[in-house]
Amino acid sequence: MHRILLSLSALLLSLLITSCNSESNDESNNNYPIKKVTEGIYYHQGVHQDPSEQNIGAVANVGFIIGERCVAVIDSGGSYLEGTYLRQAIKVKTDLPVCYVINTHVHPDHIFGNAAFKEDSPEFVGHEKLPAAMAARQDFFARVFKETLGAAYEGTEFISATRTVSVDKPVTLNLGNRLLTVTAYTTSHTDHDITVLDNKTKTLWTGDLLFMERIPVLDGSLSGWLSTMEQLKTLDLNYVVPGHGTASSDLWQQGFENQIRYFTTLRDEIRVIINDMGTIDEASQQVGITEQNSWELFPQYHRRNVTASFVQLEWE
Amino acid sequence: MFNRIISLLAACLALAFITAPASAATPTEPLWPTLKYLYFGDKADSIREDATDLLVLEAPKRAEDAAIVPMTIKSLVPQTADKYIKNIHFIIDNNPEPYSANFHLSADLGLVDITTRMRIDQYTYVRVIAEMNDGSLHMVSRFVKASGGCSAPAGKDAAAALARLGKMQIRMRTPTIGEPVTAQVIVSHPNYNGLQYDQETRRYIREHRVTNIAISYNDKPLISVDTGISVSEDPSIRFTFTPTEAGVLKADVKDSKDQHFTQQKEIM
Ligand SMILES: [Zn+2]
Repeated sequence: MHRILLSLSALLLSLLITSCNSESNDESNNNYPIKKVTEGIYYHQGVHQDPSEQNIGAVANVGFIIGERCVAVIDSGGSYLEGTYLRQAIKVKTDLPVCYVINTHVHPDHIFGNAAFKEDSPEFVGHEKLPAAMAARQDFFARVFKETLGAAYEGTEFISATRTVSVDKPVTLNLGNRLLTVTAYTTSHTDHDITVLDNKTKTLWTGDLLFMERIPVLDGSLSGWLSTMEQLKTLDLNYVVPGHGTASSDLWQQGFENQIRYFTTLRDEIRVIINDMGTIDEASQQVGITEQNSWELFPQYHRRNVTASFVQLEWE
Repeated sequence: MFNRIISLLAACLALAFITAPASAATPTEPLWPTLKYLYFGDKADSIREDATDLLVLEAPKRAEDAAIVPMTIKSLVPQTADKYIKNIHFIIDNNPEPYSANFHLSADLGLVDITTRMRIDQYTYVRVIAEMNDGSLHMVSRFVKASGGCSAPAGKDAAAALARLGKMQIRMRTPTIGEPVTAQVIVSHPNYNGLQYDQETRRYIREHRVTNIAISYNDKPLISVDTGISVSEDPSIRFTFTPTEAGVLKADVKDSKDQHFTQQKEIM
C-alpha cells in the first residue's frame, strides 16, 4: 500500500513538473525573464555578479527593439548560451527577423552572444574602433572565459562589426516605422562606446556609459567619461536602459550623478596623492573610501578603477 | 649579446606556447624548472632560492588591472663598491615572454628600492633574481592572481598613447643633498607588443616598444633597464638614490624603432 502511494505521488509529481515545463517552454524561459521597458522595447536585466558558469555570464543588460519590419538586438549576452536564450525570448514576442545586432562595446558580457544570431544574417553594428579592440583582446578573453563560463561558453565566437559608426557621424537604422540613432563617443568607459536611441519612445540604451547600482568599471578615459556623462545626463529622454542595473524613466539622472560623484572623488583624491609623490598602492588603499557602501561589487573593481585612473592622471 | 640571445630564446618559447593547442588554458605545469635553464644555463642550479635576507619583492596578491600591475624590488643590504647587486632579472613565468626586464644597477645606488609596472596575462609566479658583482644568483618570488573579468592587458586608449608618444617626466620631491630621495621616470609610449591590431590598415601593428631606460646622475649611471614586452604602456621606473652633490638627473629612453627620448632635472 505504502509503495503504491509512493509511486503514485511520484507519478503525480513528475506529471506536474512536465506540465509546468511544457507550459513555460511555450511562453518563455523562466530562468531568463524579459522585462518590458516601453512599447516594443524589452530587456533582460543582468545580475550584479561576476560572470560564472552558474549565471552563464548573464551579468549585463541585453535586449531588443521591435519595429514593423524587423528587430534590433542591443548587446547579445555574456555567453553563446545567453545569446540563444535572448533569441528564444525574441521569438516569443515576434515573428519578425533580427536585422541588426548592435554591440555597445567589446566587453564579454555584451558581445559573447553574437554567434547565436548568425543564422539571422543580421548586420553587426559597432563603433569604428570596435574591431581593433576585439582583435587586441580576443585571445585573452577566450582563454579566461573558457574557464570562467565552462559549458555556457561553448559556441561563443568573436564576431566583429560589419557596419561601423564614427564619432560625430551618428547612423540611423530603420526597423520599419521605427528609427534608431546610433551614436559613437570619444574614449569614455572604453575607447569605442556607442549608445542607441529609439526616436519613437525617446528611450536611450547607454551600454556601459551608465552603471546603476553596480560599481562602474573604467576601461577607457576618466576625464573623457566624466565629460560624456555631463552631456548624457541633460538629454531629454523618457526611458533609459543602462548597461547594468535597473532601466527607468526617473532614476537614470541620479544614476549619472552617482557615477559622476564616484569618479570625481577618485580624481580629486588621486591628484593629491600624485602631487605628494604617492604610489598606486597607497592610492588604492586610501582613495574613495566614502564610496564603499554606495556600490555593489565595490571590493572587486574599486582598486582596479583607482589603478587605471592613477596612470591617466599622471599625464594631466 | 647575452640579452639578444635571451630575448630570442624567449620569443621562441612564447611562440611555442601560442601555437600549442593547450595554450588556451592556463599552464598547469610549472614553467620555472624549464625557464631557469633557458635563462641561466649552467648557473641555473646555483640560484639560491628564497633569498629573503637580501631581497624583497612586493606585488599585489591580485592583478587589479591586468595592464598595470605595480611591482617593487627592495634590497636589504646596501650597495657598496665591494659587494653590490649588478643585475636584477625580472621574470613573469606565465606571460607570453617571461623574461620581462633586466635592471643593471650601480654600486652608487645605496639601497635598492625600485618600482615598475608590468602587464600580467594570467595567474603566475613573478620572480626576481639578483646577480651580485661576484656572479652569485639570489632569488625571491611572489604569486600573483589574475584580475577578474574584462580586464585585459591591452591598452585602454591607443590613440591617446600614440599622441603623447615620447613625452617624459622626471618627478620627485624637493631633494636635499646627501639624503635619499625618491624619483620617478615615466615615458609615454604605447609599448605595442605586436599583438595589437590597426583598424585603418587591417593589420597587426608591428612591435613598437621601449627597449632601454637609462638613468644617470652627473653622467654616472644609476640604473639601466633592458625592458621586455611585459612592461606596461607608459613605462615607469620609480627609485631611490642619494645625490651626494648638486647635479643633473637624466633619463634616456630608446625604443625598438631606434627613437630616442630624453629628459633631465637639475638638483641644487
Ligand atoms: Zn563594459
